[in-house]
Amino acid sequence: MNIIPEITRESITHIINENKRVDGRALDEYRNIEVENNVISKAEGSARVKIGKTQVIVGVKPTIGEPFGDKPNLGVLMTNAEMLPMADPKFEPGPPSEASVELARVVDRAIRESEIVDLERLCIKEGKKVWMLFIDLHIIDFDGNLFDAATLAVVSALSTTKLPKATFENNEVILNEEETENLVLREKVAMSTFVKIGDKMVLDPALDEESILKARISVGITESGKICAMQKGGDEPLSRENILESVEIAYSKNKELISKLNGY
Amino acid sequence: MVVIITNNETKKGRDDNRAFDELRPMKIEAGVLERADGSAYLEVGGNKILVAVYGPRESYIRRLLKPNTGVIRCRYNMAPFSVGDRKRPGPDRRSNEISKITAEALRPALLLENYPRSMVDVFIEVIEAEGGTRCAGITAASVALADAGIPMKDLVVACAAGKVNDEVVLDLSEYEDKDGQADVPVAIMPRNGEITLLQSDGNLDKEEFSQALDLAIEGCKKISEIQKEALVSKYGG
Repeated sequence: MNIIPEITRESITHIINENKRVDGRALDEYRNIEVENNVISKAEGSARVKIGKTQVIVGVKPTIGEPFGDKPNLGVLMTNAEMLPMADPKFEPGPPSEASVELARVVDRAIRESEIVDLERLCIKEGKKVWMLFIDLHIIDFDGNLFDAATLAVVSALSTTKLPKATFENNEVILNEEETENLVLREKVAMSTFVKIGDKMVLDPALDEESILKARISVGITESGKICAMQKGGDEPLSRENILESVEIAYSKNKELISKLNGY
Repeated sequence: MVVIITNNETKKGRDDNRAFDELRPMKIEAGVLERADGSAYLEVGGNKILVAVYGPRESYIRRLLKPNTGVIRCRYNMAPFSVGDRKRPGPDRRSNEISKITAEALRPALLLENYPRSMVDVFIEVIEAEGGTRCAGITAASVALADAGIPMKDLVVACAAGKVNDEVVLDLSEYEDKDGQADVPVAIMPRNGEITLLQSDGNLDKEEFSQALDLAIEGCKKISEIQKEALVSKYGG
């Protein structure tokens, strides 16, 4: 349980109702965003992303596996998130919590539905062998807004992923570690998360804002302008206007987020 | 193994050309995380280790609670992407054992008697592994405990020695660990020289064991200086 003194809740709500924020940002302003690639040399793709004090590390590890029966010519993506107990005094070790499963699934949805990864190119031999990409999210410091940080980190890690050249001969896969191929992404995707506090929608919630939220909404948008994933959270409803306003702001922030990825 | 032949003499060397008593380059930084009460980041060779400390806080696990003292709990965990083949997330037998011996290696230095019914949590995350992660974890954990302001008698420091190509060497790399004949991780409290962790895995004779032990202790003393520098550069002399 998260105990927030009533007085804190009231003061944050009061400030936001005056279109200001505790840390001095505008309601539609991100904290400082840092993206760093290739932070893990043992991973085929990796990134570390900071949004404010929130910090996420992602590693991409490929293995060779069999395709799903109904999709014999497509590679497989698997996204997993660990909200490490190191990241927050209330995160517990043990099996994934509901929150971390939700995080992994929402990020997975944004990556999958935006079709930024060409799964056909991950096919080595139709019906027999494909690349399976394990995307592991490590949450190491939690200061609010994991969805946006995790999505940026995953896209960034994927965009730097290198796979060994694989060929299929005599019923077996031959890997050439000397020759690697970049995983080329069709485009990029970014997510923007808002929380409703008082009557306002607030972009990129910091921890204190996230812990008093009434409702939350995340919007994933591709570079080409398609909405590819959305998730509403929190115990209270959102109005149609709240949602449309959030979508509008998410569109206007998309370039800014994607430019952080293109810095590399 | 690298074999260098000069003047018809065969000299054995280490795969990364280190001297037998040479440590891999090491870097420690204190206070790298926002939320944790104390934290540290350590790189040695290709290892990257992150440690967070929480506490002393109320023990929410009843069975661990002790009425007369605080307790320490460690969790050593490897990231799925930290090794060549992806590691399945979650604890396994190896990491459970390392968690236990790490807690026991750190405990003697901690003055937890003043914190009855409380718990100190140490979370060690191996972000990237290249041999010697348990020692690196203990070394980083001490810095994180100090960063959390937990009263301690000393900064526990750990280092391994081992036997590779019939030679006793310090601070085994991943390659030497896999290829080697023995691995002896040691942790000490450098101020009084007492040993808080000792394991041995492999074959050594009596003479080689005492050489390895002495070599590891010397290595610990060198690393101890790097630990202190990390705290000094965060908090000043």
